[in-house]
Order: sequence, then structure tokens, then C-alpha cells
Amino acid sequence: MKTIFEMSSPGRIGSSLPILDVPASASIPANLSRNGEVGLPEVTEGQVMRHFVNLSTMNYHVDKGMYPLGSCTMKYNPKHFENLARLPGLSGIHPLVPEDMAAGTLSIMYKLEEFFCEITGFEGASLQPAAGAQGEFCGLMLIKSYLESIGEKHRNEVLMPDSAHGTNPATSTLADCVIIGVKSNEFGEVDPDDLREKAGPNTAAFMLTNPNTLGLFESRIEELTSIVHEAGGLNYMDGANMNALLGVARPGDMGFDVCHLNLHKTFATPHGGGGPGAGPVACTAELAQFFPDPVVIQNEDGSYSLSKKQNSFGRLLAFYGNTGVLYKAFAYIRTLGAAGLREVTENALINANYLKARLEEYFDIPFNNGPCMHEFVLSGDRQAEKGVKTLDMAKRLLDYGFHAPTVYFPLIVHEAMMIEPTETEGLEDLDAFAEAMISISKEVEEKPYLVTDAPVNTPVLRLNEVQAVKELCIVEPPDEEEQ
Amino acid sequence: MSRFIPNRAEHFEKMFRAIGVEGISDLLQSIPLKYQLKEDLDLPDPVSELELQREFEGYAGRNTGADKICFLGAGAYDHFIPAAVDHVLLRSEFYTAYTPYQAEVSQGTLQAVFEYQSMIARLTGMEAANASMYDGASAAAEACLMAMRVTRKQRILIAGSLNPRWADVVRTYLKRDDFEINEIPFLEDGTLDLSIAAKLIEGGTAAILVQYPSYFGLIEDLQPIADLIHEHKGLLIVAADPVALPLLRSPGDAGADIVVGEGQSMGIPMSYGGPYIGFMAARKKLARKMPGRIIGRTSDRADQVGYVLTLQTREQHIRREKATSNICSNQALMALANTVYLSLMGESGFREVSNQCFQKSHYLHQKLLEIPGVSSVFTDTPFFREFAVSFPVSSLEIHDGLMEEGILAGLPIVELGEGVMLITVTEKRTKEEMDLYVKSVSEICRGGGR
Amino acid sequence: MSNIPEGLRYTDSHEWVKDLGNGEYMMGLTYYAQDQMGEIVMVEFPGLEELSTGDTIGSLEAVKTAEDFYAPFDGKIIRVNVDLEDEPALINEDPYEKGWLVVIATDDPSGFSNLKSAAAYSEFIGE
Repeated sequence: MKTIFEMSSPGRIGSSLPILDVPASASIPANLSRNGEVGLPEVTEGQVMRHFVNLSTMNYHVDKGMYPLGSCTMKYNPKHFENLARLPGLSGIHPLVPEDMAAGTLSIMYKLEEFFCEITGFEGASLQPAAGAQGEFCGLMLIKSYLESIGEKHRNEVLMPDSAHGTNPATSTLADCVIIGVKSNEFGEVDPDDLREKAGPNTAAFMLTNPNTLGLFESRIEELTSIVHEAGGLNYMDGANMNALLGVARPGDMGFDVCHLNLHKTFATPHGGGGPGAGPVACTAELAQFFPDPVVIQNEDGSYSLSKKQNSFGRLLAFYGNTGVLYKAFAYIRTLGAAGLREVTENALINANYLKARLEEYFDIPFNNGPCMHEFVLSGDRQAEKGVKTLDMAKRLLDYGFHAPTVYFPLIVHEAMMIEPTETEGLEDLDAFAEAMISISKEVEEKPYLVTDAPVNTPVLRLNEVQAVKELCIVEPPDEEEQ
Repeated sequence: MSRFIPNRAEHFEKMFRAIGVEGISDLLQSIPLKYQLKEDLDLPDPVSELELQREFEGYAGRNTGADKICFLGAGAYDHFIPAAVDHVLLRSEFYTAYTPYQAEVSQGTLQAVFEYQSMIARLTGMEAANASMYDGASAAAEACLMAMRVTRKQRILIAGSLNPRWADVVRTYLKRDDFEINEIPFLEDGTLDLSIAAKLIEGGTAAILVQYPSYFGLIEDLQPIADLIHEHKGLLIVAADPVALPLLRSPGDAGADIVVGEGQSMGIPMSYGGPYIGFMAARKKLARKMPGRIIGRTSDRADQVGYVLTLQTREQHIRREKATSNICSNQALMALANTVYLSLMGESGFREVSNQCFQKSHYLHQKLLEIPGVSSVFTDTPFFREFAVSFPVSSLEIHDGLMEEGILAGLPIVELGEGVMLITVTEKRTKEEMDLYVKSVSEICRGGGR
Repeated sequence: MSNIPEGLRYTDSHEWVKDLGNGEYMMGLTYYAQDQMGEIVMVEFPGLEELSTGDTIGSLEAVKTAEDFYAPFDGKIIRVNVDLEDEPALINEDPYEKGWLVVIATDDPSGFSNLKSAAAYSEFIGE
């Protein structure tokens, strides 16, 4: 499709402002003035709408169909919540107004902190982190601050299993820690003996996703968290898979000291094509004393204020957090209540296990020793022997009208396909997806070219990623703007 | 069962049979019994859509600051947003999509973000831009880390006239024993003291981080700062206000190596601080060192133009502990808002927004200075959209007095003096509102005084 | 089936090393490793000179993978293959000749002789 720049013609406008009602008497000194134009497009409002609506039709999205991306929890995003977050009283408020003039927002935030504490079994929550990865950074900073406060500043090792999300090691580096890998055992769970060997006087934290990235609950969790505590370290739970635990079990009860939540996964806020999300952190009272600035507190007269913890480790964003996202998560919890949250998890588990049962005849499923939690991991090894890779099958699913699962992750499974249907898919949708997968597995046997040539029913065919890197073009070249 | 869950008893029966279990408790067996909750969570009873609507209207009503005449800025701004922006954002195709991992079914998001990157590069005068960061402050912090990686030096000099909240974020991201952050103080006119900077820079400095215009709205010549840091083989990071850029010499033109900034002013509501968007642009040779996602143009098997996530080996999902950043989710939908906004405003419209902010802020500034006892804090330094003035009474008194007229007067900055207020004027403010501001201030100054 | 020339020595991290005489050793990436990575689009040499065994000498990037390469023994880098900066795909096209990475000088030949033989490397990669 043409770019918006290619639609430009001099003199077209897409918006209008009131005429300047004060004298235009000020001017910027010549040495500080811009040379030439910016190069923004000149188009009408109608052209803008047509351009972006046409672009939008080239996207797959949850409102179109199933999006079984493992560990991403692509569930339905309730429409009402979009309206609520856009109420002028909520969306139109400046972050630096006096606190009594933002009483509505602050009371939502205070209650939301309490909800997250209850859901996770912790004593404090900070809503500031803008996404899961920033939540991880917040969590590690809390841990480091705490360790320093008890004279254990030298601890700089973060233990994590080989199945960890890429953000875990990247965050550990950002927090100036060294990564120590821990092996998984034959059940796909963390090997307690290896953890015991690696935990020690330099252990700062053990980062674990639970259920893990194979969709398995770490059944020896008590042993794992105890090993780390006995070595003097703290336990961090990556809450990416919290959709498997709502109302069923709580990280705070299992020996974790801190966790983050991905509101854009578990709490139904939309992904927006890659963000914004929100990654609040919940933790023990010992760690909460180091929360980033600011937190919401309730005063004796029942009013709310922003406050800075005396021992705060600092600040992660300019203002309070991704408030517009937090409103929607609050609305979700208010809509579902305790029983509704538990139903989310129960249905997520039933859906994942049903899909696994429907597919296990056709695909290899490593570590398949019983029920999975909210997701499961297939291996495309059997199909790879026929010369068809997991990537090909993922692309073929697009032709069948589905989004692909997460592929090639976790790294410990060959040709991995990680499937998470979520609770908002009905039996008919699950069956349709299973039929598509089974049909593709048969194509691999009979007409593999259909799979390796895929996709063919999409707005563009398979794209050349090598060319994208070699002939790097990441902005519209300026000389093309004039036609 | 909630309205978001489709399966009912008849479905469960079939599904449990297919799985080969009796019921849900069999699926929970891997969770040790002692950790399985026996009771419901302690949360308030659920409400219907209509009840929730009423509840939220109640919260919104208690935000009494939302309908005031806003002269408050300091990092978040009350700009006009054309209605069409939200119509695009509310397309399910955009807001209910995930990160564009499967490029063939994500061309909408990918091309829109490519256009976003192009607009950011053009505004800042750079050759490369990424797909967004969380906000301007975290983008500035990431830029400092990037400069340290590129130069292999471990000291950053930050301008004393940088937004203090941003400085806090930079300090938090760079909180390591082996990293050093020093602050360059500003002179009486608000510009940086480059003679002190020249001393601080000695012995290996990765970058200078300067805000443009500064926290106090001041427009400082970037060229001498660029020359100084380049002489010492470091990078210039400019935290730029995009709304000022149609009028101001672009940071790229003035010698910046990395430009970051806050994009909230371009089509995103203030929403009590978020979600906003940080942008990051850089010289082409630094593109591979940037954090975050980057969209690139390429072609498909039939030679059609298409877009993909590119340079992915920089990122956490591939490079893990050696990634350029841990960022994964970014603010993609906000990037779309920026792109739609800039398309609607266009070359002339965005320049007009910029010009109106500039002219109107100068009008109010001028009128306030005509009040006896009111003075400019940084005389003779050009400013954009916001300025600091000193009132003969305490800024809190001004603040409370103007509130009675429904005016949010600005941000008191007591560090600069008891009467100092940072005042912002966007294109949304009218002459009438500014005249009311001036009238109220005159009355307070006449009535009270010190 | 991989191309594993006799006469070269090999590391566990898939580098080959060739004795050039005079205490100089050329190093590159094996055919097997470049094949696993796919087209290499970027080579980076951060400019290390003095090496200890296991030091990261530089990195190679394909589209979806990135691998570092390491010092096989203590020594000093005396040449790097600057052609790779413009044409990194030489590593794919000609891994044992034009696609070489660096030349290392050392006084101690034992580091080289301790590396894997072609047969041992072949077994190591399961062929």
C-alpha cells in the first residue's frame, strides 16, 4: 500500500485550529530556527481515515478470530472498558493536579493495589511499571535494595531456568546482575538438585515463571523456593502465566517474595499491536518499602494522596504509570469478582487441555505426563523429518484464518509451538483450530509444498527478512516526499 | 459464568471426556493441595455493565481537576486532539492485535509504525527511529545506556535544566556502582554552564543529556554543547519536545546523536500520566545499537513491498542477557495515535500548533510582566510554550486564588523561589482565558502582597 | 553432510583454527555453524587485542540468531578480516577461506594442539 507520504499534496489539511487570537509578535532567533520543512504529509481527514482503515484491514486481531499465542494470553478485550477509560473525567486529567482534584483516579488506584495484593497473596503493590519487562526490572530493584539494606549488597547472581522468557536475562543484565542458568529435569520442571547446587552466598534472586513456559505448574515449588531462601536469596515470579492461577493459587503463598502481573495478558486490557501494557508488581512488606515513587496512600480522613516511600529505589516513569490501562484492569476485576476470576482460570485450563487432547495424536508433545495448565507446547519434530518446519506450519495456519501459536519458544523444545487458547474461546472455536492443525499435519504428509509455500491467502506473501536487515530501510527516505 | 466465557455445562461434559478427566480438580492436580485456595478471593461482588458505568462516572466526577482551564505542563500537556485520532485507535484491527510477530497478517500495524518512525526521524532531523519506548523519561534513560554501550564510557552528564522526574528515571536506570552521573548546573539565564561542563567532561564521558526546550521552556543553542561533547568523543542526547520542533532548529541539524522525547502532546490524552509514548531517533550508524523494536521495509516472495520487525538480534527474545534492552511490549497504539495525529495536522497544521503555543505563551508572559512585582525568572532567554515567572506573593497563593476561577495556574517551583510558577500555554488556551488569568493575578497581587 | 577439512583444529563453539606457522593462527566459523545460523548479515569486532582463552572476540548476526565467537587460547589478535564488514555473507559462501575471521598470534603452541581434530569435531556435531 502507498504510504501516507505518497498521498501528500501541497495545501491539503486534515484538521483545523481556531485563528490565532493574540498578536503574532514573538519570533525565534534565526540561529535557533528550523531550516526548511519537517516533511509531514498534507492530506485531508477523509484520506487519513481511508489510509488507516485500509491499513487496519491487513491486520489479524482478537476480534476477528482465535489468537493462540502461547504466554501472550490473547483473550477478548471487553468494549465497555474502552469507553470507561475514555470518560473525560478520567482521560482529561493532568498528572500534576493537586491530589484532591484527582480523587477519583487515586481511589481506583488504591483499590486496584488492594485487589492485586489479594489476587497474588502479597502485602503491597506498585502500579507504576509500564509493561512486564519494566515490572521485572522493578522487582529486581526491590530485591537489590532489600539485600543492600541487610548488608548483602554483594549478592548479584540471578538464577533462572533455561526455559525462561528472554526478558528475564535481559532484565537481570539491566539490573547489573549475573545470570546463572538452572537445568530443567525430565519432567520439564526445574531440577531442584541443580538449583541447590547453584544457589549460594551470591544468590540475589531466583526468577521463575509459574506455571512455566511449558505450561506446567512447578509441582515442587515449595522445595524450590525454600532452597533459595535457605541460601539467602529471594524468589521472583514472572507472572506472564498468571491466567492459570486466578483464584486458584497465589504466588505469595508459595514462597515467592515478589511477582509482576501483565495486565495486557491476564486482565484483558488490549495489546494495542504491541502496547501499551502495564506490569504492576506485588510483593512482601519487606520489599514494598522500596517501591518506586510515587505510590497511592489513604489518609486518616479517607482521602488519597501520592507519596514517596522513604526508602524508594527511584522512579521508572515520569508520572504515576499507564493509568489508562490500569482503569481497564480495574473494570475487569469489578466485572468478574472473585468467582468470575476463578472461572477464567478454570476455563483457560479446560480449553488448553481439550486442545492438547485433540492434537496429541498428530503432533509430538514433549513432557506430556498429565494435564497441562493454561497452555501447552507441541514439537514439530515429526513434521520436520518430512522437511516442513514449524515456521512453515505457523504460516500455513494464517491461510486457514488463524493466528499462529508462539513458535521456537521455549528454547528447550525443538521446533516448538506454544499454544494458549485462553478462556474466551468456545468449544466450536477450539474444534475449528484443532481441525486446521490436523489438516496441516496431513498436508505435511501428502502435499508438503502447500505448507512450505504458505501463506498464500494473506495480504502479502512470506516476507524477506534477510533483505530487511541487509538493505536496512527503517524510515521513508526524505527525497521521496516531493513528487 | 461471565459474559466473556462461552462454554457451558454441556460443553464441559464433552471436553472432560475428551481430556479423560472427571472434572476441574483433576486438571489442578499438579498444584500441591496446600497451595490450592479453599475459599474465594476477598474481592467486592461483581457488577453489571450498567452498574460499572455508574461507578466509573462517580470516579470521573470526583476528578475535579479534569474540567479546569489548564496552564499546567511540566511534561504533560493539554493539546487539542482531532476526533479522527480516536476513531482509528478504536479499530479492533489495531487495538486488539498483538505485537506483529506474524508479519503477513500484521501489515497494518507494521506500515503504520514504519510511518511513525519516518515522522519521528523527520521531526528530529535524524536518519533512524525506533518503534517507541514507554515514555519520554524512560527513553532518555535508555538513550544514556545506549550511549554508554556505544562509547564504552561510563559517565553521563545531565543538564540541571532537565525535568527532575526524568532525571530521577535516568538515575534509577543507571543505578550501578560503576556508572557515574553528574549534573551540569545552569546559569542565571537558565542556559547550561558550559565552563563547568568542560571540566566535568574530562576523563571519559559517554554523553551529555540536555532537554530542548528545557524544563523551564528555554530554547538553548545546542551547537556549542554538541561541539563540546564531540570534541571528547562522546554523544549528544537531546530530549526534545516534538511540538517545538516545527519551529526550532532540528536537534539533528544542531549535532545531536540520539534524540528522545515524550510524544503525549501528539494526539494522546493526559490521562493522569499514561499511557504515553517515548520516541527515540538516532544517526543511521547508531541504528543497530538502539533498544526496542524497529520496523523495516522489505519485499515478499512476489516482490510486493511489505514491512517486518527487523534488526531483531538486538532484542531480548534472541540476544537474552546481551540484548540492547529488556523492553518487549512498547507503546505501539500510542505510536499509531502520533502517526494519525501528525497526518491530520500535516505540515502546516502542526507548524500552526507550534506557532500558537509559542505566540500565546509569549502573550501571557508579556501581560503577566506588566503586573507590578511580577518578573521573569530567566530574562532574555527565548522560550517555547512554558516559562517561569516570579510573583510578588507565594506561588501557592496564586495557585489557590486562580483555582477559584477554575484555572489550574501552573506548577509552583519553590526551589527557584517562593513566588515562582512554571506556566504552560498550549494552542487550546484562548485570549479570554489568559486575560482572566492576568486579571486574577493582578487582583491577588494588589490585595495580598508581602 | 558438513564440510570439515582435515588439518584444521576445531573448538566446541564451532570455530576452526589453522596453523599458519610462525606462531600465527587463523580462525573462522565452521561450515556446520554457518549453515545452522543462516545468512550472516553482520560481523562485529569490538577491537580486543590481548586475549585470554574464552574471551569474546566478536559477534556474528544472522536474521534470527546472534552468536559470539571466542578466543580458542591465550594470544593476541594481529589481523581481522575487514572484508567481512561489507560482505559478511563471505562466511556462508566460503567459511574456510575468504570467510576467515581473525588471525591470532601466540608463543604457546599447546593451546592449538589441545583443540579437537576434524574427526573429533565431526563426532561432536553428531555426524
